[in-house]
Amino acid sequence: MNPLIPLFVIIPLTGAFLIMILSRFIRNFGRYFASLVLLLLVIISFYFLFSTGEKVTVYKAGGWEPVNGVPVGIYMVLDGFTTLVLCIINLIGFLSVFYSISYMSKYTSENYFYSLFCLMTAGMNGVVISGDLFNIFVFLEISAISSYALVAFGVEKNELEATFKYQVLGGIASFIILFGIGFIYWKAKTLNIADIRVVFSSGYDKSYYLLVQILLLTGFGLKAAIIPFHAWLPDAHSSAPSPISAMLSGVLIKAVGIYVIIRLFFNMFAISQGMSVLITSLGALSMVIGVFLAIGQWDIKRLLAYHSISQMGYVVLSVGIGMMMISKGIRNEVAALAITGGIFHLINHAAFKGLLFLNAGAIEYATGTRDLHEMGGLGKHMPATAATSFTASMAISGIPPFNGFFSKLIIIIAAIMAKYYLLAALAVIVSIITLASFLKFQRYAFFNKTDDGNDRKIKEVPFPMLFSMIVLSIICLLLSMLALPGVRETILTPATDILMDPSKYPSQITGI
Amino acid sequence: MIPYLMCFALFLTGLYGVITRRNLVKIAISLSVMEFSTFLFLALTGYVEGGVAPIVDPADPVKVYVDPLPQALVLTAIVIGLATTAMIMAVIIRIYRKYGTFDIREIKNLRG
Repeated sequence: MNPLIPLFVIIPLTGAFLIMILSRFIRNFGRYFASLVLLLLVIISFYFLFSTGEKVTVYKAGGWEPVNGVPVGIYMVLDGFTTLVLCIINLIGFLSVFYSISYMSKYTSENYFYSLFCLMTAGMNGVVISGDLFNIFVFLEISAISSYALVAFGVEKNELEATFKYQVLGGIASFIILFGIGFIYWKAKTLNIADIRVVFSSGYDKSYYLLVQILLLTGFGLKAAIIPFHAWLPDAHSSAPSPISAMLSGVLIKAVGIYVIIRLFFNMFAISQGMSVLITSLGALSMVIGVFLAIGQWDIKRLLAYHSISQMGYVVLSVGIGMMMISKGIRNEVAALAITGGIFHLINHAAFKGLLFLNAGAIEYATGTRDLHEMGGLGKHMPATAATSFTASMAISGIPPFNGFFSKLIIIIAAIMAKYYLLAALAVIVSIITLASFLKFQRYAFFNKTDDGNDRKIKEVPFPMLFSMIVLSIICLLLSMLALPGVRETILTPATDILMDPSKYPSQITGI
Repeated sequence: MIPYLMCFALFLTGLYGVITRRNLVKIAISLSVMEFSTFLFLALTGYVEGGVAPIVDPADPVKVYVDPLPQALVLTAIVIGLATTAMIMAVIIRIYRKYGTFDIREIKNLRG
C-alpha cells in the first residue's frame, strides 16, 4: 500500500481546479502552474519507474481490505507496465504544455486550455492506474470529454466538424464498453480485473465469454483507432492545436486504447487462439492500410495522423504474435520477445510522434500553413526545427541509431522466430513505405526551394517550443538505449513479465 | 429474458438513428437513446427475483435485496452521460453558427 499512487489523479485534478479559480486573479497563472503540475507528475512517475521493478503495488481507496479473499472497494494498481505508460504520459504531457506557453498565446481563453489539459492528463493517468473496469470507464470518459473540448479549441469550421465526428464515434465506443462491463458484472458479480480473472478461471460459458471479448475489443479498438474503427482519428488529430495533437496521437490513443486492450486481454481474459488471431490480423490491417492512406496526404498533420494508425498497427501486431505464441503454449521466449517489442514500440512511438506533431505545429506557427505544396526551403530559416524533425522522421521510419529501428527490429525478429514470415515481410515493407512518405515530408518542407525566394520573413520559433522539440529529439536517441542488455532488464522486462505470467497479476492483488 | 432483449433492441434503435439520421440534433438524441439503453441494462443486471430496495433491515434478516452496486454505477454513468450530452449540444450549436445548417451532408470540409 503506497499512499503516493493516487497522486497521479489528485495532482492534475487539483491543478485543473486551481487554474480555473486563480487565473481570474493572477495573470498568466495557467501556463506556469500547468507546467509545474506536469513537471511534478514527471518526477513522481520516474521515481516509481526506478523503484517499482518487479513489485506490484496496490492502493486500496478508503482502506477497504479484501473480505474472504474477494477485493471490495476501489483498487489502484502499479506494476512494471503501468509505470512505463505513466512515464510517457506525463513526460509528453509536460513537454507539450511547456510548448503551449508560446504556441497557445495566439488563442483566446488560454486558461481553459490549461485546465482542460490537466483534466485530460488526470483522466489518462486514472485509466492507467485503476485496477477495476468501472473506474477505467469513468477515467476514460474524463479524458475523452476534455479531449473533445480540446480538439474543438479553435472553434472554426474544421475543428467543429472533427470534434463532432470524434464525439459521435467516441460516444458509441463508450456505450459499447459500458455494455461489455455490464455483461461482465452480470456473470462475475465483480469489477476488479484481478478478481474477474479468478472468477472466470473456474469455468465459464464459451459464447458469453466471446461476446464480452468482442464488445470490449470493439469499444477500446474505437478509442485506439485500429483500422476498421479509424475514421475519426485523422480529422480529430489534424484539427486540434498542435500540442494537443501531440498528446492525442502520442499518448491518448495508447493510454485509453492500446494499454487497456493489452491489460484486459493478458491479465483479465484467458488468452484464446481465436482472439489472438483476430488481434494479430487487426494489427496487420492497420499497419498496412494506415501507411497507404498516409502516403497520398499533403496536409502535414493528416499525414502524421495516418502514420499513427500504421504505427499502432505494429504494436497491436506484435502483441498479437505474443498472444498467439502463449495460446499455443510453445516457445514462451518468442512470446516474451514479441511483447517486449510491442511495448518498446509503444514508448518509442509516443516520443517520435509527439515530436513530429510539435514540429508540424512549429511549421504552422512560423509559416501559417500546413500544406506541403506551399512550403519549401524551411531548413535554412528554421535549423532547429529541421534538425529535430529529421531525427523524428528517421526514428519513425526505422533508421539505425534512432529508437524506432530497435523496436521494429525486435518486432520483425519476433515475427520470424514465430514463423510468421508474411507478417515479418509486411512489417519491413510498411517500414520502407513509411520512410518514403517521410522523405517526401522532409523534401517538400525543408529542402525544396520555393519560387518566391527568401522574401518571406520566416523566423525560428521561440524558446519554449524549441526546448520541447530538442528535449524530445534527445529522448528519441536515448530511448534506443532501452534495447541494450542491462537497461532492458530493469525497464522493459518487468512490464513484459507482468503480462506473460497469467497468475502473477491476480495473485499479487487478491492475495494481499 | 424479455427486458434484456428489449434493452438490446433499444441499443440497436439508437445505433440505427446515429447511422441514418442527417440532422445533427437527431444524431445527438439517438446517442442518448443508446446511452440510456446501456444504463437500463446495467440496472437490470442487479435485479434479484423478489428482491426489495437494499436498505438493510435488522428486524427481518431473511429479506432478499437487489444488488445495490449497479445502481451506484448507473448513477455515476448518468452524470457522465449528462456531461457528454451537454458537450455535444454545445458543439452542435457552434456548428450551426458556423455552417448555418444542421444537415450533416452540408458539413464536409474534412475529407481524404
